[in-house]
Amino acid sequence: MSELPLSATADAALQAAPATKARGYWATVGRRIMRDRVSMACALVLLLIFLSAILAPWLGLEDPYKGSMIRRLRHIGTTGYPLGTDELGRDMLARLIYGGRLSLVIGILPVILAFCIGTSLGIVAGYVGGKLNTAIMRTVDVFYAFPSVLLAIAISGALGAGILNSIVALTIVFVPQITRVAESVTTGVRNMDFVEAARASGAGAFTIMRVHILGNVLGAIFVYATSLISVSMILAAGLSFLGLGTKPPEPEWGLMLNTLRTAIYVNPWVAALPGAMIFAVSICFNLLSDGLRSAMDIRN
Amino acid sequence: MLAYTARRIVYVVPIVISVALVCFLLVHITPGDPLVAVLPADASQELAAQLRAAYGFDRPLPVQFGLWLLRALHGDLGNSIATGRPVLAEVMRAVGNTVTLAIAAAVIGFTMGILLGLIAGYFRETWIDKVATSFAIAGVSVPHYWLGMLLVIIFSVQLNWLPAVGAGPSGSNSWAWDWAHLKYLVLPAITTSVIPMGIVTRTVRALTGDILSQDFVEALRAKGLRETGVFRHVIKNAAPTALAVMGLQLGYMLGGSILIETVFSWPGSGFLLNSAIFQRDLPLLQGTILILALFFVFLNLLVDIAQAAIDPRIKRG
Repeated sequence: MSELPLSATADAALQAAPATKARGYWATVGRRIMRDRVSMACALVLLLIFLSAILAPWLGLEDPYKGSMIRRLRHIGTTGYPLGTDELGRDMLARLIYGGRLSLVIGILPVILAFCIGTSLGIVAGYVGGKLNTAIMRTVDVFYAFPSVLLAIAISGALGAGILNSIVALTIVFVPQITRVAESVTTGVRNMDFVEAARASGAGAFTIMRVHILGNVLGAIFVYATSLISVSMILAAGLSFLGLGTKPPEPEWGLMLNTLRTAIYVNPWVAALPGAMIFAVSICFNLLSDGLRSAMDIRN
Repeated sequence: MLAYTARRIVYVVPIVISVALVCFLLVHITPGDPLVAVLPADASQELAAQLRAAYGFDRPLPVQFGLWLLRALHGDLGNSIATGRPVLAEVMRAVGNTVTLAIAAAVIGFTMGILLGLIAGYFRETWIDKVATSFAIAGVSVPHYWLGMLLVIIFSVQLNWLPAVGAGPSGSNSWAWDWAHLKYLVLPAITTSVIPMGIVTRTVRALTGDILSQDFVEALRAKGLRETGVFRHVIKNAAPTALAVMGLQLGYMLGGSILIETVFSWPGSGFLLNSAIFQRDLPLLQGTILILALFFVFLNLLVDIAQAAIDPRIKRG
């Protein structure tokens, strides 16, 4: 019975496995990022900003839309208005917190949409190859011929002002960038043995892409996408700042920065507050993305 | 080298045509009639039809594109609806100011970026590295239009050292390289320089770190080369990639200056683009975007060729 020793070793290996506590890849990454103090601090700041934006109506804040001509442009620290009031006498603290709702959505949604579209396009281009790859990737090249700020402004300028148009414009800006990354990681994986094995055992193209490719490339694309959130936040607020995104009286950080520009001679530090929020979110996402990147680089 | 250059130039042709197509289509994704800005509100049907024929809007799209491209090749991008002047002349005048701003910002941003990057890469994992890296991250994360506002608040409003807006004492478009004009350039140039500063710092830091950890550096040191000599090798090896990144950044500064030009009322191409958008001046919008994108494409071409000239490995690849 030549089988016996083999199954005996296999049994031994199975029993030994729990003892060595072989942790999964993502569990390891999670533990590594938990130990990174900078990443955790950024995650905490982002969590606070997100939670306050979501819970804004229940925080007992002033009405962010209600202005008053007699209390315009109060300074930071005024009783009742801890962060002062804006050019129409509306409470800045309330507007900054409510402003997070729209600002975060128009900043992050384009990256999520582009992540879904770009990943699909990139994996299909990378896996199928041939003419389809050429068609997709040459189209991507065309969008790379525009500086991203110019492209975003050109599209939303042509479509006209509006939240939806600004989200569409930013999504179009990010899709080519994510497609390029997705395509390049997919071409790296498509000829590996396990893909070959799946193909040999009769798996269809769609199954291979969904099961075998996606799981192996998603991490890299995800990290890249998180690094785009910072740019997206700045650009989305920038479009509103130009008057191409949100319309007044909606509280949104970029638009608030624009309308408060006239107040820099009267109350400069209140006028600068909305930008500080954009900066905080943007730098936290950047640092978190860097932390995630190095946590995922297990070999080091 | 010649063959590589020729190949690279031929590759640019389809890109240029597609860029033109995107700019052309931009006008056609605009909601509503492209004539809306020229047409008086109470215009009759006949007048509308006449104008549509005059602008060629009644022909099929591919024909319109062909005619537009042909005219564009002859330098005719139509006339601005707002001013009635030729688009090309308007854009070229504004681009000059944007180039001035971009070059000033590049000098500041690239010098700072290279210095910080080299220092950070050399003193890796020390406090010096941490400070330089923080600067870099802040540079790429800051909403630059907000930084512009902050600088105006500090240096114009509070200290009253530098002017807040405009590009010259008379508010004119004539630029001169004297202090009276230069002080208008200081704040916008510093604001524009932070993003390239951050990106160049990160690139040069990574390159320096990689090169210093290679075996040949060990060998150079073992042979007794002084650190200044090692540094020369680092710079030579980092140059091609750093150059490519800087070229791309210069292109971004030229094409993405709209926000900063709006903050500082700098009379450049971005400022022009802004007014084109809000006056629904579609020929001007189309022309400005086309010229800026072409600048970007040709700058990329130049960078590729320059990179191949200093790094022989690229041509063979």
